[in-house]
Amino acid sequence: MVLKVFFPQCCNRAASGLLVGRWLPGRDTAVVLAVIHYPFIPSTVKQYLQKVQAQSQVPVEVLGSWSMPSEKQEGLDSFLRDLRTIFPQGRWLQVSREVGKTGFSCQLLPLALGEGGGGEKDRVIFVHYDQRKVMVSQLHPLERPQPRPTRRKPQNSDRPSHAVSVVSAVLSYRLCPLRKANVLVSVLLDVFLGLLFISWLYREQRLARLASALMPAADRVSKELQELLQWLMGAPAGLKMNRALDQVLGRFFLYHIHLWISYLRLLAPFLEVILWYGGLSAALGLTFALSLLSDMLALLTFHIYCFYVYGARLYCMKLYGLCSLWRLFRGRKWNVLRQRVDSCCYDLDQLFIGTLLFTILLFLLPTTALYYLVFTMLRLMVVALQGMLHLSVDLINSFPVFALGLRVFTPYRLAEGVKFRVLSDEPGTALHLLMEMNALGFGSVVQTYRTPTYSCYPPDSWGALLRKLFVGELVFPWKRKTTKTD
Amino acid sequence: MDDEKYTDINGKPITLDYQRHSSFCTEFIVSSPKVSIGTVMVATSFVWIFAYAVFCLTDNTAVLSSAIIITLIGMMLYIHFVKIDHESLLVIGSLGIQLSSSYASGREHTSFIEMSKIKDIVINEAIYMHQIIYYLCILLRDPADASAVSSVVPLFPSSKPRLNCLVKVYKTCQEIISKC
Repeated sequence: MVLKVFFPQCCNRAASGLLVGRWLPGRDTAVVLAVIHYPFIPSTVKQYLQKVQAQSQVPVEVLGSWSMPSEKQEGLDSFLRDLRTIFPQGRWLQVSREVGKTGFSCQLLPLALGEGGGGEKDRVIFVHYDQRKVMVSQLHPLERPQPRPTRRKPQNSDRPSHAVSVVSAVLSYRLCPLRKANVLVSVLLDVFLGLLFISWLYREQRLARLASALMPAADRVSKELQELLQWLMGAPAGLKMNRALDQVLGRFFLYHIHLWISYLRLLAPFLEVILWYGGLSAALGLTFALSLLSDMLALLTFHIYCFYVYGARLYCMKLYGLCSLWRLFRGRKWNVLRQRVDSCCYDLDQLFIGTLLFTILLFLLPTTALYYLVFTMLRLMVVALQGMLHLSVDLINSFPVFALGLRVFTPYRLAEGVKFRVLSDEPGTALHLLMEMNALGFGSVVQTYRTPTYSCYPPDSWGALLRKLFVGELVFPWKRKTTKTD
Repeated sequence: MDDEKYTDINGKPITLDYQRHSSFCTEFIVSSPKVSIGTVMVATSFVWIFAYAVFCLTDNTAVLSSAIIITLIGMMLYIHFVKIDHESLLVIGSLGIQLSSSYASGREHTSFIEMSKIKDIVINEAIYMHQIIYYLCILLRDPADASAVSSVVPLFPSSKPRLNCLVKVYKTCQEIISKC
């Protein structure tokens, strides 16, 4: 078996002394945590190790001896060898370093004392690691279960991370502080952006110009809607509509718009004040201003929402009627008790009236369908605008700015795993590797540290949405799953 | 390190560099051919001629500046995210296997698989469009079931060397893995 020794880089130039660390059970691996150098009293060392063990719950022990010969301390080697008798352990590691060479040499003295020395010199790996970086870093093992056999990003190692966890057992950093820091930094960034927005908006009378431009804009929207309705009442896109129904629907909607414009005109004098105080809310954060904007948009386009509901209800009822009367055509009926379609014997007058109604509804279908289509498009445009505002609010709230900053400036703190590099090796010495923390990719950082927000995403998938639109069912884009419908 | 010419599955020449750090640690580096200056010049001149033609039609200088910006940004994204310069495989007996790919801009992407997770290294066949190609892959052990394979990690996914190169890598890897 190959012996692996994890050696901290800070101890490379330590004076001769004792190696203190831990043997990983059953894996022929030794993790060196510190070097206690001469002069020391063995009993004091033993007491100190017991104290550390009690406090940190990590079984720290004396692994062996480290000798770095220098001019001042001669003859230390025999002293270090005799130390083995004072610290009776299972295995004793003798690591030595010569002045001229960069490599270490290592000897492993086996279990029983009295057996000759000489372990396997050529099957030792020294893994150098930066102790501070390893202790401070947090590991993010990527668990991505996928059906086999497919390509998969290789999962990261357990064993060096086991060593890392042993080394970092002294100080335990948990994930919580990082998420809290993310939330705090997001809020601060939000407030900063909001203040920036205010400083831009309240300058040069921009707000007054905006308020005075709002009324004409609303007027223009209404005028466009009126023109649209006039177009529908004529022969839109060359289609021939049913005159009477067309006029009824068109006039109904036109009157609605007229009511809406009057309401807005009532509101006009107060608009500037409302906008002024509303803009101040951006001091609490840009997300406040964006949410306020979204709500104002919803209020100002309320008539479009009403039109959509009227059109959808009419269309929906018409479709139901048509389905039911179509079943009557074929001599069938919907059995409410059994929730299925049953055959049914109809009287002659029932059939007659049913057929009449069916024909009427069928020929009025294009008109209603066209109105429904037009108002649904308008409603979807408004919903899309609101959706974009909600998405940007969500983005500002959930984006982990702090974690990304940490990843950019101190990449070793957020680690995906470890990576090894072969240090220049000399023949005859053991293999030396440098273990560095493999930083987490930016995409993974964002995914792991995204702050969960409570925004309500649309509950329907695209297919369900299309089906609802086709049938005429009302679509509620911001409905939460917990509240009851309608 | 030797004279044998290696190519990838499309016939483009690649180089295999092999370093034996110790009896149980070897490193293989497969380098893809670099982007030729001819391709770069053809691509950029094509974009700029097209932009100039549009400029002659519309007389808007924004077209020219946007073409320049698009070319520069496109090239930067290409060398940083798409073009792989070399891929390396470091096998350390009883520790694990490290795969690393380095892009033309110098960015490196590394991943390390520890030895206890590795079941075996095999050469597998795959049907790729109209060809049947060989690829070297690592079989990962399933943590629940010791004899099952949970997933497959292909090696050298961008360079795609041919069988002669794969056999060389395979033999050395098997030596090291079977010893430890």
